[in-house]
Amino acid sequence: MAATDTSAPLVHAVNVTKSFHDNHVLQGIDLDVAAGQVVCLLGPSGSGKTTFLRCINQLETIDGGRIWVDGELMGYRERGGRLHRLNDKQIAAQRRDIGMVFQRFNLFPHKTALQNIMEAPIQVKKEPVEEVRERAIRLLERVGLQDKPAAYPGQLSGGQQQRVAIARALAMRPKLMLFDEPTSALDPELVDEVLAVMRELAVDGMTMIVVTHEMAFARDVADEVVFMADGVVVEAGPPAEVIGNPKHDRTRAFLRRILAEQG
Amino acid sequence: MTFPTADRPGVIDAVPVRHPWRWVAILAIVVLVAMMVSSFVTNERWDFPFAFQIMQQRPVIEGLWLGTILGTVGSMILGVGLGVLIAVMRLSDNPVLRGVSFVYTWFFRAMPRYVLLVILGVGVAFLYPRLDIGIPFGQQLAEAFGWGWDLTFLQVDFNALSSTIWIGMLGLGLSEAAYMAEIARAGILSVDKGQSEAAQALGMSNGKSMRRIILPQAMRVIVPPTGNETIAMVKDTSLLVAVPVIVELYYQAYQFGQRAFKIMPALVAATLWYLIICSILMVVQTYLERYFGRGFGQPKPKNPRFGRPAGMGGA
Repeated sequence: MAATDTSAPLVHAVNVTKSFHDNHVLQGIDLDVAAGQVVCLLGPSGSGKTTFLRCINQLETIDGGRIWVDGELMGYRERGGRLHRLNDKQIAAQRRDIGMVFQRFNLFPHKTALQNIMEAPIQVKKEPVEEVRERAIRLLERVGLQDKPAAYPGQLSGGQQQRVAIARALAMRPKLMLFDEPTSALDPELVDEVLAVMRELAVDGMTMIVVTHEMAFARDVADEVVFMADGVVVEAGPPAEVIGNPKHDRTRAFLRRILAEQG
Repeated sequence: MTFPTADRPGVIDAVPVRHPWRWVAILAIVVLVAMMVSSFVTNERWDFPFAFQIMQQRPVIEGLWLGTILGTVGSMILGVGLGVLIAVMRLSDNPVLRGVSFVYTWFFRAMPRYVLLVILGVGVAFLYPRLDIGIPFGQQLAEAFGWGWDLTFLQVDFNALSSTIWIGMLGLGLSEAAYMAEIARAGILSVDKGQSEAAQALGMSNGKSMRRIILPQAMRVIVPPTGNETIAMVKDTSLLVAVPVIVELYYQAYQFGQRAFKIMPALVAATLWYLIICSILMVVQTYLERYFGRGFGQPKPKNPRFGRPAGMGGA
């Protein structure tokens, strides 16, 4: 395991490529995310932003390039000048420090909100149950669901489920949080409660990579905005530049359409 | 709420639809049931009192517990356990395990249970009166080189085992596993892919995600057909006589009937016991389904504080 270099970015991706059969979804993505930064990935659907996010915690394997998280090469070990694929257990260990929030929440439906949050710290990190329970209750408070510990996901609204999902990811004390269109499956009136939780997280200094279509969120919260299209990064920079003053035609066309939708 | 006035219609008080055919059906069924009861009572060949006597005979009760019930429990434990294992193998990335599980399912589904039980009970004991488990050709090698140890780890005396309930459980369990494997596979596949992704993203290994997340949810789909299989197994224990195992409900009841020249009451006695066991199993199944269905569908409030999804859907 490589030692953590504080000057190095937390996420360091170089020339990442990925194809599904003949479909070249990622065609050489470079991205650096410093610790404490919030990066929003924008772009039309099919641009590869979700795939790239899934590559970071290895829900997809990459065909080319390298991804380092906190100085550790994801999915492989370099030995004798060759890459050796890590086994399932080693990959699982690498994922522990990366929290992920899904578009469709993916809460465990047979477990209550509290059990959902407690599951991984107890089962994966083998932490003491009582300690985990206390932390889980605090996390539920933090996402504003202190009155729902015993509710099953099926009894919660979409916004509530997504907030439990965020708490579940935070329970592992991740160094990095990945959000895959966390509000896209929500009714419009439930979007804000989830974004509010994410804003707080950003303020608290969590490193976040967020795939989103919420322009207001990207503008207010992101330190950097990355605009992707057809598997490449078209434009990247502070939100004021990319959203406020886009240089590329594709960025302009995309923003014009999406801002018209969101008013 | 607005109240009805002269021009605003109020509460509906309509004449319901009449169902005359329901009354006809009830009448017909009542007559048929009465005919049946009358034949039970008047036809002395039924001889229900004797049937009740047979039900309570010690050999019959013993057959019920040690053959039918023990046989069902044992073969279902083996069948479910092995079946889930084979299903997991079938869905694994390992092509060798996939192949093995396919061949297993193929063979045991094609094999009639009766024939399988005869083979295990009679055939295997004939082929291998004593089963030595060890290194292949170990005994021959030991003989050729004059070794003291013939590389055998375990010896099983099949002759002593051959007509016991254990062989019966083994046969029925192996056969059941092939069917359970298909049921378990369907259950595992019914769980949304997002569930294993969420488990992976939390750092769970594949095995842990299967045990903690996927299988408990698959159980919701697995339990109802498994209940069916269990009830079918209760009845298939009457095949144990093929092994031959005679401490078994049907055989014992039939023997009583034969000795008393009253076969029909003996069959009624066995039927009633099968009905009773299967009824109990159906109740158990209902509770299992409720347990594994938690979190799905309509919540059944246990704790009134959390029973209602308060705040759901806003005002």
